[in-house]
Amino acid sequence: MTTPCLTFRDLTLGYGSHPAVHHLSGEVRKGALMAVVGANGSGKSTLLKGIVGVIEPMSGSCTVAPGTRIAYLPQLSELDRSFPARVVDLVSLGLWPKRGLLGRITGEDRAAVARAISAVGLEGFERRGIDTLSGGQLQRALFARVLVQDAELILLDEPFNAVDTKTVADLVALIGRWHGENRTVIVVAHDLDLVRRAFPETLLLARRPIAWGRTAETLKPENLLRARRFDEAWHDDAPWCEPDEREHSGDHDHSHEHGRSHGHDHAHHGRGRDNARANRPPAA
Amino acid sequence: MYDLLVSPFVDFAFMQRALAGSLMLSIAACPVGVFLMLRRMSLTGDAMSHAILPGAAAGFLLYGLEIVPMTIGGLVAGVVVALGAGAVSRFTPQKEDASMAAFYLISLALGVLIVSLRGSSVDLMHVLFGTVLALNDDALALIALIAGTTLLTLFVFWRALVAECLDPLFLRSVSRLGTPVHFIFLGLVVLNLVGGFQALGTLLSVGLMMLPAAAARFWTSRVEPMCALAIAVGFASCVAGLLLSYHAALPSGPAIVLSAGVVYLASVLFGSRGVLRARLVTHRHRTA
Repeated sequence: MTTPCLTFRDLTLGYGSHPAVHHLSGEVRKGALMAVVGANGSGKSTLLKGIVGVIEPMSGSCTVAPGTRIAYLPQLSELDRSFPARVVDLVSLGLWPKRGLLGRITGEDRAAVARAISAVGLEGFERRGIDTLSGGQLQRALFARVLVQDAELILLDEPFNAVDTKTVADLVALIGRWHGENRTVIVVAHDLDLVRRAFPETLLLARRPIAWGRTAETLKPENLLRARRFDEAWHDDAPWCEPDEREHSGDHDHSHEHGRSHGHDHAHHGRGRDNARANRPPAA
Repeated sequence: MYDLLVSPFVDFAFMQRALAGSLMLSIAACPVGVFLMLRRMSLTGDAMSHAILPGAAAGFLLYGLEIVPMTIGGLVAGVVVALGAGAVSRFTPQKEDASMAAFYLISLALGVLIVSLRGSSVDLMHVLFGTVLALNDDALALIALIAGTTLLTLFVFWRALVAECLDPLFLRSVSRLGTPVHFIFLGLVVLNLVGGFQALGTLLSVGLMMLPAAAARFWTSRVEPMCALAIAVGFASCVAGLLLSYHAALPSGPAIVLSAGVVYLASVLFGSRGVLRARLVTHRHRTA
């Protein structure tokens, strides 16, 4: 039960010289069902990209247990919906980890794709172009792709955006099924009521981790307030984060609050070098 | 009818060569054009066609109107511009469209300068607009080689190309091929433009690449049929263009590209996803 599937060691991820996820430490145990919540710009999507390896850490590390297959569902906006592909083509992308670039797609693979499509309630949509799907239908199709990927670690980035309640209920049921199969699932979500209902564990991010642990504990009002107060903007004249200034790192128990003021919020920190200007503007 | 359509190709060896060369070009360049279009890089093909000019011109300057040096020169220039623009967009905040524009403009100016160092504007016209009616054995062999290489590469990297267009972040999460496949694809674009410039010229070879692809988009919403249809349109344009050029004594390159242009405009109007179809269908709808 306690085997970690994912370990963060003082992980900082970002763009240019600016951190988007700041000094995150802790473990996600195998089979965990965890929500990641926080305001826009608080580093949720960046964290998933860091786990998948699309973004390299600026410092610290993010280790996935060896042999863990990862299924990553990016935000809908990352997908080119005008591309001429059918639902079945999109879902079949999930065969990549198994078949790769040149492996032959067998009848069994096709059957797995068909099963996944019907599991998300999209029978009859196989031959529809993805440009004709509604937001909810497209999200279902992407969940089917995750099903086909058959991964131990599943990362979903805002899967409930622009999706109606019926679809949300179906998708949450699917996530519950993955949880029952002892897969590790990490979901970026905005709906706190939904998080309270469906996710036992929550990480609250405001660039730095505010709290991480049982959902009821994490989403206490004082934590939420602290998370809201963070400064979303990047400051080109923010002082550099000096590693030796930090009073602790790495190994604190993540079921405790992580909100102690340990003073490396770049925007407000008073110490550090003056005029340490970064040469890049904040990018999206 | 026979005199009109068949006898020019039966009677004249230069017409046979022109036909063989342009058909082989279509087989390879049209699917590449489809992917360029789907990746929203249609104008990148145009930029690259300008970019290969200084290399081709340098070969022309040193060796005259010879296929091999001009091809190698064009390839080198094209790869330098593609890699340069790609690297700038990767390592600086500038987007690829801007860096591509910068690199190809530099390249084009350099090319015109080199051509003007020697020879008349007639020579420049040769380089810019091609000489499909004067394809020699070397040129045909080269085009065949390029077509074969392109088809093989497309076949091998098909899945990665599709995934990279459709959902690049997903591809990066399951494979390291995302970035390489982008550069391999740019390489194919350069290769096909270089193959095309002997026949159609640097400026028009991109026309045979993009117009059939753009036309095919109006008829189908799947990638595989789109590529097949683009090749068919390319074939038809080559045949029609060469016949037009033969009977009306017109320059062959523009005739081929204009034929493709006619197919494109017709597709815009009459295609199953075209203007008229959309107008006709709207006043009736189904119950579900």
